Amino acid sequence: MAGDKEILNKIRSVKNMQKITSAMEMVAASKIRKAKKQMNASRPYAERIRKVIGHLGAANPDYKHPFLEERETKRVGIIVISTDKGLCGGLNVNLFKCVIAEMSAYQENKIDVDLVLVGSKSVQFFKRLGGKVVGTATNLGDRPQVNDLIGAIKIMLDSYNEGNIDQLFLAHNEFISTMSQKPKIKTLLPVSTINEDSDSLQSHWDYIYEPDAIDLLDGVLMRYIESQVYRGATENIACEMAAKMVAMKSATDNAGEIIDKLQLAYNKARQAAITQEISEIVGGAAAVSG
Amino acid sequence: MSSIKIDIVSAEGEIYSGEATMIYAPAKMGEVGIAPRHAPLLTALKPGEVRVQDQDGKERFFYITGGVLEVQPHLVTVLADTALRGEELDEAAAQEAQKQAEEALKGASAETDIKRAQVELVEANARYRAAQKLKGIK
Repeated sequence: MAGDKEILNKIRSVKNMQKITSAMEMVAASKIRKAKKQMNASRPYAERIRKVIGHLGAANPDYKHPFLEERETKRVGIIVISTDKGLCGGLNVNLFKCVIAEMSAYQENKIDVDLVLVGSKSVQFFKRLGGKVVGTATNLGDRPQVNDLIGAIKIMLDSYNEGNIDQLFLAHNEFISTMSQKPKIKTLLPVSTINEDSDSLQSHWDYIYEPDAIDLLDGVLMRYIESQVYRGATENIACEMAAKMVAMKSATDNAGEIIDKLQLAYNKARQAAITQEISEIVGGAAAVSG
Repeated sequence: MSSIKIDIVSAEGEIYSGEATMIYAPAKMGEVGIAPRHAPLLTALKPGEVRVQDQDGKERFFYITGGVLEVQPHLVTVLADTALRGEELDEAAAQEAQKQAEEALKGASAETDIKRAQVELVEANARYRAAQKLKGIK
């Protein structure tokens, strides 16, 4: 029977695909753990540095750093963190939808948007659709490093210092659980009112500053922003791996279903061929004896 | 002998955490030695070595590429940089990122086609949902 061989070939190729998707699923599952660990490792630094900024802000009420000052918004910057690779379900699409909604809201108010893109997928997306992209950082790998992000962040910080942009946002996926990730856009600049813990103000202590508070504030704020973006990048990796695991799991399940169906079709075809052969033999024998 | 808690953290993770009797750090204005009950101090660090003496008199060395040192009477925090920093280095990194952007987006327009983007995203979503549904029917 003609269909037999074709069906067998198809089953074999689907089986091969299933092997690949299930391997990818397992790889993603093991990477989630590492990615989550890296994401959490950045927390103590961010918390510490936030506290220091709080003290610095309280110590120098006369000096208003531009990063802490709100001003009229004429142009905004968005740092978009996407994945480098695909095959992770609707993760990037959901994020882009969120970003585009934000951008169209700004466009209506005649506010321009500058973009810094992290991750190849966002570069591809905005290349196709256009956008004022001032910087990119791609191929960060599974363990992004602050080093890879400094350049892209500096472009935005400089632009803010020069007054080109008046607000800076960070768009990335938030890791809620392995099953659920949510796109999120949060404000980086101006740095929102820092929760100054009241007890430190009451006790009236202050640091000795070396060299002086203003220079220190510059450096600390810059590092604070960087640590935020870095955290976003690591969180996005965790999201990517989680989404990839889920997507690959459903691909593996689907492949299993397809194999079952094909197997059934193959069995039927084989059975039909045998039945036909028997009836031919019986028919032939009857003709001879009759 | 009194001791002081020290945390050395970088954006990429915790490096060291423990008790110490004496800490030396390469501050911007020269090396500083921190003993327990030091006055609160905040200073920038330059690339160099942080030396931590623990209660057994053992010394540990940590090389850092710069950062910030925060001292409170019973707690010292070193916010270490993970990368070598400097005005020129940062500038070069920024230019690199910009160049990358220009190359990657050669030929793309500077205006985002929001209408088209929305249509495309809705389409992608619909495809995704359709695939999910198909899976349910089977």
